[in-house]
Amino acid sequence: MVFFLAKRLIQSVFVMLAVAFLAFSLFRFVGDPVSQMTGVETSVQDQERLREDLGLNDPFAYQFARFTGDMLRGDFGFSYRTRQPVAEMIASRMPATLELGVVALLISLLVGIPAGVYTALRPRGFATQAILMITLVGVSIPTFVIGIMLIFFFGVQLGWLPTFGRGGTVNLGGWETSFLTVDGWRALILPALTLGVYQLTLTMRLVRAEMMEVMQSDYIRFATARGVPMGRLYFRHALANTMVPVITIIGLQFGGVIAFSIVTESVFQWPGMGLLFLESIRFVDIPVMGVYLVVIAFFFVLVNLIVDLLYVLIDPRLRISDVS
Amino acid sequence: MLRVENLTVKFPSRFGDVTAVEDVSMSIDAGEIHGLVGESGAGKSTVGAAIIGLLQSPGYVSDGTIMLGETDLRSLDRFEAHALRGKRISMIFQDPQTSLNPLMRIEDQLVETILAHEDMSTAAAKTRAVDLLEEMGIEDAAARMQSYPHQFSGGMRQRVVIALALCTNPELIIADEPTTALDVAVQSQVLGLIRRLADVRKVGFMLITHDIGVIAQIADTVTVMRHGKRIESGPTAQVLGHPEAPYTKQLMAAVPPLDHKIDRFKVPEDDSMAAPGKSKGDRAEAWLLGGERQVPIGLTLDNIDVTFPGVRTTIWRKPEPFTALSGISFDVRSGSVMGIVGESGSGKSTLAKTLTGLIKPAGGTMTLGGLVLPGGKARSRHHPSRQLIQMVFQDPFSSLNSRHKIGAILSEPLWLYGLVKDKGERRELCADMLGLVGMAPEAINKYPHQFSGGQRQRIAVARALLARPKILICDEPTSALDVSIQAQLLNLLKDLQSAFGLTVIFISHNLSVVRQMSDDVVVLRNGRIQEQGPSERVYQEPEADYTKRLLELTPTMPSTWIQ
Repeated sequence: MVFFLAKRLIQSVFVMLAVAFLAFSLFRFVGDPVSQMTGVETSVQDQERLREDLGLNDPFAYQFARFTGDMLRGDFGFSYRTRQPVAEMIASRMPATLELGVVALLISLLVGIPAGVYTALRPRGFATQAILMITLVGVSIPTFVIGIMLIFFFGVQLGWLPTFGRGGTVNLGGWETSFLTVDGWRALILPALTLGVYQLTLTMRLVRAEMMEVMQSDYIRFATARGVPMGRLYFRHALANTMVPVITIIGLQFGGVIAFSIVTESVFQWPGMGLLFLESIRFVDIPVMGVYLVVIAFFFVLVNLIVDLLYVLIDPRLRISDVS
Repeated sequence: MLRVENLTVKFPSRFGDVTAVEDVSMSIDAGEIHGLVGESGAGKSTVGAAIIGLLQSPGYVSDGTIMLGETDLRSLDRFEAHALRGKRISMIFQDPQTSLNPLMRIEDQLVETILAHEDMSTAAAKTRAVDLLEEMGIEDAAARMQSYPHQFSGGMRQRVVIALALCTNPELIIADEPTTALDVAVQSQVLGLIRRLADVRKVGFMLITHDIGVIAQIADTVTVMRHGKRIESGPTAQVLGHPEAPYTKQLMAAVPPLDHKIDRFKVPEDDSMAAPGKSKGDRAEAWLLGGERQVPIGLTLDNIDVTFPGVRTTIWRKPEPFTALSGISFDVRSGSVMGIVGESGSGKSTLAKTLTGLIKPAGGTMTLGGLVLPGGKARSRHHPSRQLIQMVFQDPFSSLNSRHKIGAILSEPLWLYGLVKDKGERRELCADMLGLVGMAPEAINKYPHQFSGGQRQRIAVARALLARPKILICDEPTSALDVSIQAQLLNLLKDLQSAFGLTVIFISHNLSVVRQMSDDVVVLRNGRIQEQGPSERVYQEPEADYTKRLLELTPTMPSTWIQ
């Protein structure tokens, strides 16, 4: 098992290196960094000096090594647009995106798993058919349309909830959180719902499909035949076995939620990393785009590692070797 | 104790109700083992499921009474029925690999079941679980109980399953093919355990199986079923020894005996198969004979070793390779049948894959006639042995491409090896070959799913023969078939073999089947040859202890029962 994890860690390092290389290429080869940084009035000599100072004349491999080294030390460079350190910009936006992502994930799990179990156990029931229909509609509508519809109903027509921004936030040692104020929660509901609906549908359908398969398995039939109470049968026996494949998908989804919150963030003007990324694209702020890429990749890798660990926790077959 | 009267089970479908079980009656006393025997589709498992109330939806009991003691099982509501399951009736399933929850410790599964039915403390439940496992023959049960199912071997798992079925002292246990997935040695232990539980604890068993040998060995009474109906029932010795119903007689005739070799099984050919097949097949006959007229060649294996890389557990040390076959040497004489017999994991299928060039042996040589066969990928796609060695696989459902018509499946070897260039000629030859294997030539325009398992296996044989092989490898060709279909297929193979002098390597775990088929036999165990020689000699005077034990443990019928 240690070997398994070590293998995964090494793989992750390579993934991160590949992404760093992409980010570096973006920075180095999409346009000329020097002409991006300087205006028309800068002399050619000054441009050359700057090029030399920045080390842009060094060999390619050397530049990449330096880029990676800087990243590892937490030095992400400066934004073209605001002249601020990119690290600070990302750090100030990250809490908003993470909180949004976590709440969206929780919604999708807390609703999706029970709904999946229910629809699996009563496959022919009226409620099941209704749930399946509604979620199918939910998944067919693009995220931004759902967001706009939610804004229209709850924000404009009913006026219950704010339609943009994070509302009240509290600064906890550099982490701006909306979890501690009522306003913050109110502002969080609509974007989190928007972001979570698609994941919810996916989770529900996956849990349903897996659960239905598990319910047909021999060990469930055997447990039924020896009169194990129904509650235990469904939740202890069946659900645990259902979760093994479901966890992988949920893990990947969470990575996706973080990465693709861009649309939701722009609909709700949510000051997260996604919105920052959109602004950076508009101003061709390449250092920010590169770092965003690296940070998102890091989240994916991290979540996948956690998923692997969860696997090992849930499934004893990975933890304890077979009988010899 | 259990009384079933006029049980009828129906499955509603859009074409009206399908009757799966019709008018079946039986009774089981305490301590009695009642065998329920029949071929697939006989409805024997449905009877078991109906009694314990676990019929697959939408099946339902439409008529009859099921009484367990004084309780009318049909009158119970959902909750009463569930409370009774495990408490008074329990069940053992076929495959111990899949019937335990892989994510829960054995202890948790046992304790949970006991607590579901008995009002006792967790500690008391644990004590009972330990006692029970020890009674089942699991040593050091208190410690072993902490393990997960995958940490037990197949036989041990089935003991755990039996312990689970027994842990609440049920009156009746329905055992659905409890030993089918087990090797003979483990099977005989499990059967011994069941017999002992019936004798000592007075548990009634309903033993559902397709294996008449198992029934003959331990059942007190037996019911023979076919197409959902009861054919015959009574004490085992009477029903199997002096069968009255024609179907039972047929069934008994289809069982391959272990203690002697018979020329042909006395079974009526399947009436669903086209009779005109007999007259046809001239062209296919000429085709095969034409192939045989060339120089006869045999196959020689010299000191073949096969190893697989082990599972890496540490970063630093190279894993120990796993030896699948070691020092395998034997000769297959041209025109003879070589039987290869062994339990699961003995390397039988690895041997077949090595011969066909799917696996590269670590050492040793294979020679076909004068031709040395390279192993694994070293054997090119165009190597002549690709044509000369053909295979018939175990599972007839996955060995034919379901999206191809039979005609396309059969003509493939003909164009692939460039044997017949003309398309029309290929088609006629294929149709003719179908006749030779006892099928209607019209089958050429159908798809595999339109045929039963036995028919598909005939098609697989036809496909292999069309390549004009020198060596035909049959890897467990009848394991997935019912006993009467098995008898028909074995007859077909015997007929083809003697008519065309085919050289066959016949692989099976079933000692009786191998005895009926082979001239010579090799007994494999853990990748090593335990014994080899002419099969009559090996079966009559086995030299290796392992062979003796295998022969002893295989469930058989008294020879007087076999007509």
